[in-house]
Amino acid sequence: MSSPLAAPRSQTRNKQRSNFELYGWLFMRISGIVLVFLVLGHLFIMNILDGGVQRINFAFVAGRWSSPFWQVWDLSMLWLAMLHGGNGMRTIINDYAERDQTRFWLKMLLYVATVFIIILGTLVIFTFDPSLG
Amino acid sequence: MATKTPVSLTATPIGTLYRGGEGMWTWVLQRITGVSVFFFLFVHVLDTALVRVSPEAYDTVIATYKTPIVALLEVGLVGAVLYHALNGIRIILIDFWSRGPRVQKQMTWVIAAIWLVVMVPGVFFMLKHSVEALFGSTP
Repeated sequence: MSSPLAAPRSQTRNKQRSNFELYGWLFMRISGIVLVFLVLGHLFIMNILDGGVQRINFAFVAGRWSSPFWQVWDLSMLWLAMLHGGNGMRTIINDYAERDQTRFWLKMLLYVATVFIIILGTLVIFTFDPSLG
Repeated sequence: MATKTPVSLTATPIGTLYRGGEGMWTWVLQRITGVSVFFFLFVHVLDTALVRVSPEAYDTVIATYKTPIVALLEVGLVGAVLYHALNGIRIILIDFWSRGPRVQKQMTWVIAAIWLVVMVPGVFFMLKHSVEALFGSTP
């Protein structure tokens, strides 16, 4: 079977091309595997174990975050999930927003919102004050 | 483009992994569940941030998570996350396992089966908690 495509006339690969998309692709798979455990574990504990969501209140959160184990768990989950989801959204915007301007501003909105949520969540975990309760 | 060579469309095009059938629909669902979970994640970090405001503010907002209608949405969330996770594993196997692309259709049915096996008891316990909260439970 002969190829209907003409042979390339010039080298398409630019010298300064970065490997950003390759690392993004790899990051989705590595973070994905870690998130399977972190997120499914989180959902199981919060929604199914004991009384499920019915038992969650301020005191419950205070009890969990008194342990560095759950702090690290929640912090890793926050960062990995936001970056994994943010990169997924970036891919979807690139696929469906056809106008350059639309694509640019949607991605700016995405980046600002993603960074905001990561910083907010990180501060909440690190500055949590159980004595408020 | 200087010249346009007509591309012949054969009866069985090469590379049908993402065209129709299991390959395409799992991909569509992966996008829909991914976007849905991402939007929930935004809301969820914001509601959790209320622990920095006051215990009362946090408990008030968390009370909405305990209502029967939101409980059903949580079942949907768990189902979406579980699908996204299982299909993500399937994608990783297609990419990194030498036999992966050849068995991608079989893997689709395997993840569908795992999803059902996990969801049936999962939904049962999630709704059990809601029903007990609504009608009172035995201690």
